[in-house]
Formats: sequence, C-alpha cells, structure tokens
Amino acid sequence: MLRCREVSRLVSESMEHELPLRQRLGVWMHLAMCRLCAGFARQLRLLRRAAHENPERLIADPAEPEPPLSQEARERIKDALRHGQS
Amino acid sequence: MAAPGNQPRTPTDPTEWVDRYGDTLYRFAVSRLRNRDSAEEVVQETFVAALRARDQYCGEGAEGAWLLGICKRKIVDFIRRRNRPDAGIGGELGSDPSKDFFDAKGNWRFDPRILKSRPEDSLEREEFWQAFRGCLKGLPQRQADVFTLRELDEMASHEICKELDISSSNLWVLLHRARLQLMRCMKSHLERWGVL
Repeated sequence: MLRCREVSRLVSESMEHELPLRQRLGVWMHLAMCRLCAGFARQLRLLRRAAHENPERLIADPAEPEPPLSQEARERIKDALRHGQS
Repeated sequence: MAAPGNQPRTPTDPTEWVDRYGDTLYRFAVSRLRNRDSAEEVVQETFVAALRARDQYCGEGAEGAWLLGICKRKIVDFIRRRNRPDAGIGGELGSDPSKDFFDAKGNWRFDPRILKSRPEDSLEREEFWQAFRGCLKGLPQRQADVFTLRELDEMASHEICKELDISSSNLWVLLHRARLQLMRCMKSHLERWGVL
C-alpha cells in the first residue's frame, strides 16, 4: 500500500510523464480513499492551470508594476552596441 | 504593415532598439529571472546578439517579436549558467524537505489542502495570486527556475532536461519539491491573511 509521501510524489510525476500501470493503479486506489492526497492532486492541477491561463498575474503585481530599464543600464547597453558595431 | 512593393525596410539603428524595446524585454527577463541585475545582463546580451544576427533578420514579421525570441533564448542560457553544479548554489537537488511534510510513516504532517471545497474558486481572488507570486519568489533558485520554465513557459520536460543538462528524474524531484513548498507557503500566507 502506497503512503501519502509516495503518492504525492507520483501525482507530481504523473504531470510530467505517464506512470507505469501498476503505479497508476496504486495512486488511483490511494486517492480514492485519502482526502488529503486527493486535495493535493487537485491543487497541483489548479496551480498548472493558473500558471497557463494567467501567466501575467503570476509574474507581475498589478499594484506594483516593475520599473523600466534604468537610465544607466540603457546607456551601458547602447555603448555595448556601438562597440559591437565598429 | 508590409512596406509597399516589398521594399526592404531601412534597418533600425540598433541603439534605437534599446529605447523602443528595452523596457519590454527587461520586464520579461525580470519576470523569468526574478532579479534586476541578471535581467539587465540578459537584455544586453540580447541586443548584442541581435546586432550580430541582423543580416539573418530579413525584416519579415515584427522586429519586437524577433528580439523577444532572442531574449527567451538568452534567458534559458542564463538559467543554465546560473544553475550549473559549479555555480556555487549547492548540489544539484539541495536538501530533501520531505521530512517537513511527512512523518516517519509517510503520512502528511498537516492538511495540504488550501481550500477544502472548490479550490478552483480561489483563482478569482487576488490573495491567491499574491500568495502564488510571493511564494514562487521565495523558492530556492533551481526549483523556481524549473517551475517557471515548466509551468509558465510551458516548456516540455525533456526540453528542460536538455537545456539545463539535468536528468529527468532530477527534474521531477525539483518540480515536486517546488510544488510541495509552494503549496505549504501559499497555505500559510492565506491563513495568515485570514482568507481561509
């Protein structure tokens, strides 16, 4: 019988590749009985969906947008480009 | 808009690129690298590489998209460099956090569920996103990097392994640790804010 530690790992792995049949069955049986792991599995899918559907909300705080490229960096990069050109 | 008669467009002065596309590329790089200095470095590499490759750019399609494509490439290169085993951030996988999550028998030490009923509803709440953002930033660098490539950029697992030169089993371990830590961190944030 698989324990929560293994099941959580296998659930995570199953998002990367198909598990062998035996492991799939083991996970499936465990999830049918364990509310904690079933909830964990559901949340993993939720995190993936959230990141895929709203990447913008995940990376940027709408209340605090990332400041633009600094003036110094801008000049430094332009210098590098002028040198690269010569 | 295509130029009439398919005349080759006058190439933009490369230093003008910096004013025109610098902020967009910089913000994109910050979002992937979570560090302003690294992002500046990558933006500079992007423009320098673009200058060298300018002959290959035939002016079809948007210049901004072309530059963003180069920038994405440079970000992956940067991520590979900063996560090399000799980059001074510790062994490939770091320490195993599973003792914090599971007891000796392998059972959960705490309820991992963030919301017990309909967690999907949490996507509507700004607090969910705030916790997600904060917790992603707080992950160990390698975990945050693979999680970002996998879940945000939707890069395939085998591609990440190839790009970062890590084995698939190591990638799975890193992703799993990232997910466990994210979940616990988000839950504690949301509890502290009284959202749960």
